[in-house]
Amino acid sequence: MDDLLREYLPIMIFIGLVVVLGVVFIAASFFAVEQHPDAEKLSTYECGFEPFEDTRSRFDVRFYLVALLFIIFDLEVAFLFPWAVTLGDTGVFGFWSMFIFLGVLTVGFVYEWKKGALEWE
Amino acid sequence: MILSAIAFYVFAAIIIASAVLVVSARNPVHSVFFLILAFFNAAGIFVLAGAEFLAMILVIVYVGAVAVLFMFVVMMLDINFVRLREGFLQYLPVGALVGIILLIELVFIVTTQVNVPEVLAISGAPTPNISEVTNTHALGRLIYTRYIYLFQAGGLILLVAMIGAIVLTLRERPGVRKQRISDQVGRSRSDSIEIKKVSPGNGI
Repeated sequence: MDDLLREYLPIMIFIGLVVVLGVVFIAASFFAVEQHPDAEKLSTYECGFEPFEDTRSRFDVRFYLVALLFIIFDLEVAFLFPWAVTLGDTGVFGFWSMFIFLGVLTVGFVYEWKKGALEWE
Repeated sequence: MILSAIAFYVFAAIIIASAVLVVSARNPVHSVFFLILAFFNAAGIFVLAGAEFLAMILVIVYVGAVAVLFMFVVMMLDINFVRLREGFLQYLPVGALVGIILLIELVFIVTTQVNVPEVLAISGAPTPNISEVTNTHALGRLIYTRYIYLFQAGGLILLVAMIGAIVLTLRERPGVRKQRISDQVGRSRSDSIEIKKVSPGNGI
């Protein structure tokens, strides 16, 4: 147990460094830079644009579809890792169990392909 | 050992703080970012518990895919979130009720496992010693054989999710010119050009 955690110690040190560096950069840009706050800098531009706007904007629902299909195949691949590691223990039954799972998802994949969900015109 | 205890409390404190901020953040995009922070720290706690595979899957699937999906939803909804928040106090009792029920269930699970240790033997497979069997091995030995029905049910759920997403979001767009490669390749020369003999001095 302790050996396992010791392997992760370098990652913890890296995370600590990242936090420290992030704070240092933000703090340095806050304190070291000359700042002249002015109400005019925040007001609407002469040409009528707002200097600050909400980043949210509507976009095509197809991006959502691609993300959702990505998650599903991501999960499928995630199931393959323990299967590949323990194939020697689980034997033929485990092998075909995974292939039925893959077959079910292949049905979905064929549907998706034939329906043209991956096409981008 | 003291280091892992410190790490546990740091992770747990950040999870709770970021979970509170997910609910209370004014901007929903910030809420999603705090959710990602909570996922990362939950992965840290999984590693501390010896569940390496689950930790990495949490980072890959939840941070890499689910959080992106949440971000898409938040970005896509063109809702005035300030107005949406007006009923916050009105719905608070319902939310609190759901939370309390979940809490009671969790307390039941933990207390029965502590008070009646025999429950562990009948409710699931015994947890192997982490120094002998890695987390990935332990999971792989169970998922595909002992829990095969649940595994196949998971596959069917993924199939339903895939088909549902396609049915809900895919629309035929009229008036869009698609590239049909088979049509392009299948064109013969006689379809598009015509050779005419032009005798000198005359037009066509």
